[in-house]
Amino acid sequence: MAPATASAITLTINGEHHTLTVDHRTSLLDALRERLDLTGTKKGCDQGQCGACTVLVDGRRIVSCLQLAVAAEGRAVTTIEGVADGEGLHPVQQAFLDLDGFQCGYCTPGQICSALAVLDEHAAGWPSAATDDIRPEAGPPELTPEEIGERMSGNLCRCGAYVSIVQAVARAAENTTGSAAGGTTKEPAA
Amino acid sequence: MTTTAQPTATTARHRSVGVAHTRVEGRDKVTGAARYASEQPFADLAHGWLVLSTAARGRIRAIGEEAVRAMPGVLAVLHSGNAPRVMTDYVSLLGPPDPTNALFQHDRVPHIGWPVALVVAETPEQAREAAEALVVEYEVEPHDVAFHADRPDSYVPDDGNAVLTKGDLEAELAASAVVLDATYTTPEQHHSAMEPHAATARWDGGRLDVLDANQGAMWVADELAKMFSLDPSSVRVRSEHIGGAFGSKGLRPHQVAAVMAATVLQRPVRVALTRRQTFAVTGYRSPTAQRMRLGADPDGRLRAFGHEALNLTSTLRPFVETSAALGRVLYDARAHHTAHRLVDVDMPTPTWMRAPGEAPGSFAVESALDELAERLGMDPIALRARNEPTVGPLSGLPFSSRDLLGCFEEGARRFGWAERDPRPRLRREGRWLLGTGTAAATYPSGAAPSTASVTAEADGTFTVRISAADVGTGARTALTLIAAEALEVEPERVAVRIGDSDFGPAWVAGGSMGTRSWALAVTSAAAELRGRLALGDGEIPPEGITAHTDTAGLLAELAKKERHSFGAQFAEVAVDPATGEIRVRRMLGIFAAGRIINPLTARSQLVGGMVWGLSMALHEEAVRDPASGSHIGADLAGYHVAANADVPVIEADWIEDPVPDDPVGLKGIGEIGIVGVAAAISNAVWHATGVRHRDLPLRPDRVLRAEEARTGA
Repeated sequence: MAPATASAITLTINGEHHTLTVDHRTSLLDALRERLDLTGTKKGCDQGQCGACTVLVDGRRIVSCLQLAVAAEGRAVTTIEGVADGEGLHPVQQAFLDLDGFQCGYCTPGQICSALAVLDEHAAGWPSAATDDIRPEAGPPELTPEEIGERMSGNLCRCGAYVSIVQAVARAAENTTGSAAGGTTKEPAA
Repeated sequence: MTTTAQPTATTARHRSVGVAHTRVEGRDKVTGAARYASEQPFADLAHGWLVLSTAARGRIRAIGEEAVRAMPGVLAVLHSGNAPRVMTDYVSLLGPPDPTNALFQHDRVPHIGWPVALVVAETPEQAREAAEALVVEYEVEPHDVAFHADRPDSYVPDDGNAVLTKGDLEAELAASAVVLDATYTTPEQHHSAMEPHAATARWDGGRLDVLDANQGAMWVADELAKMFSLDPSSVRVRSEHIGGAFGSKGLRPHQVAAVMAATVLQRPVRVALTRRQTFAVTGYRSPTAQRMRLGADPDGRLRAFGHEALNLTSTLRPFVETSAALGRVLYDARAHHTAHRLVDVDMPTPTWMRAPGEAPGSFAVESALDELAERLGMDPIALRARNEPTVGPLSGLPFSSRDLLGCFEEGARRFGWAERDPRPRLRREGRWLLGTGTAAATYPSGAAPSTASVTAEADGTFTVRISAADVGTGARTALTLIAAEALEVEPERVAVRIGDSDFGPAWVAGGSMGTRSWALAVTSAAAELRGRLALGDGEIPPEGITAHTDTAGLLAELAKKERHSFGAQFAEVAVDPATGEIRVRRMLGIFAAGRIINPLTARSQLVGGMVWGLSMALHEEAVRDPASGSHIGADLAGYHVAANADVPVIEADWIEDPVPDDPVGLKGIGEIGIVGVAAAISNAVWHATGVRHRDLPLRPDRVLRAEEARTGA
């Protein structure tokens, strides 16, 4: 018998369960866009270089083009469609809107999902390449423009909205209480 | 100064223009609700995958169609042996068609990446697997992709504007006290919009319906109608949200392929390009080699201005990168020679890319001016002021408005230019050498005929319909504000609908002409509507009252003048001579660009252009392997664009720039932001290190080699 090339899986997206049969080659990104009509997650390069497809899986940011859909079963996926609280925008979304942290808008869902994770990673004390004092006991560094720019550099923006993206993340950091991504970012990755 | 709005008595009540407004579609963009080209669901949708030539020149000998047709889910394989025939003998809104779009019409392969087949299947995974399995055999011929300044086979294109001259260049150079003769080069550059091109085509009740992302829905619809010999009214192209374009999103092979497949299969077909495919079939900016010859009197007055620009094109169609056009506006000289030359190679046809001509041209001109200033012992801004023309240097026409010196004055004040020691390699900070540089910017401010309609709805709101495109510029929001001003109502009562060819002919989002062209149409339709409402009895029927306009007559009446926006760019860099790393520390751009409609989005657009300039200066370079003719690393890891951490605090601002005879008083701002930036950065690198760079990008290895040459190591 030929090996199976498709499987029935259940994905948990923004708290909702979706059962579907997917080709094993289907990326999480394509499952979202092509199968579940969740097109807010964007495909910019499909090879992990641009960050447009960034989503949160169990509260951590990943590029969904490099994750197979079958590997996301049993994990909590948050996409841009699940970030707002009903009609109320998340402080990160509001800051991007108010400070014009985008132009064409295509990289924006990925930028916003990344920013949510950045706020949690920072709060958990994760250092970045821009951090001067990386001793664990130093605590979270000040979220300077350099810190934000470094941490957001996995998300390309060809319109060149970086200056206002950095401003938006800084403002969102002031206006966010508790976990931004609603996840499990507790300690620096090993 | 943050706004140049000139409120009138009428706008004071409902002030819309000149006040910061967030984007009207902004909420949809931050929540993921905005749908782009490939994001409308269709039952029965099939997926097409393009197969591109791996040969750089030759002929298709055989296509292994049979094996692929038997693969799971495969519905069709289109190629030159079976594809529908298309018309190519037509002229579109922007000239003759790009030959790349005439898909599958013959077996010739003129360059690498030439589309040779389309595989259509039930799912994207099946289409991709089958496309990758398709065996195409080629009869390969030797190819030539070498581009350099000394090509003996370069020629002057058959174009009335290719060469413009005044005076005797050689004589004036000979009579000059100070002469500069230098060649500058810029590499092949790619638009790299974040959204790869994609289109879905279907036949819907006898009409061809195409969902796309493009810079002009009417432009693409018109080309498709001509190409497929269809009645124009039977083609509809929609393009509501566009994930960046920068010149690359007109008619491209994906729309043609989708229409062919939808016609053959009689079901909806989507063709989405991969990132790698966008590097092959959506155009690019040609590399350039530009010889600058300047001659000046000791007081800096230019006697000779010579600019000869070479770019490459395909063997299919001449495309001129108009690098030498900038000097025809910026500087006067007794002898003024500007010329373009082309060389044909076996590469895809280049196209417009943000600030076509002015972006690479300003690197050469504004670097050369800085070098000349150094040789004269003059301040670079003073040199520019010395050569400020009062009328068009070659046309003799008056400027509609020109305040380049005002930009320099305001920029110098805010940047702290007066405190600059002009001598190079004096400022150090740890391992960094610091320097500052400046450059002038200009870009034409054109307009083209457009139509628009404005409807007074029965509920007291207004609907504007125009086949405009918002490629991220903020055009939708700007037009909302412009319409609100013209109608004297709050912007919240105005709904602007764009991106639909059914709204009639309109200019495209390109050449910094979009918003100005559309604003003329919208204001004139609004004025007509107000006139009709004033004559009426105040009752609005259920279908509303609609006024249509066409601006062709209005534009024909505009006086012939030199119409351009201007700007002054400033940059501070830090250079590490041990690693060759260059960091841009701060940038400031001051612009005179007419009336600014929406300060929030205008600033974003200008800063975005400046980020492009930084990216061009330091990062962007598509590298080709001469042996295969193909790119090395045709993706966003191989082709570097500026990332967040590359970009410092960048400020863009503007000065008052009234355009008295212009009905809307605005100029385009989509392109001027990039102009001059690479020169300002390169000039700053000279100031930091004492070494001139004439080749972009300013890679670390080039900085290191320059250091070695300087120290004689």
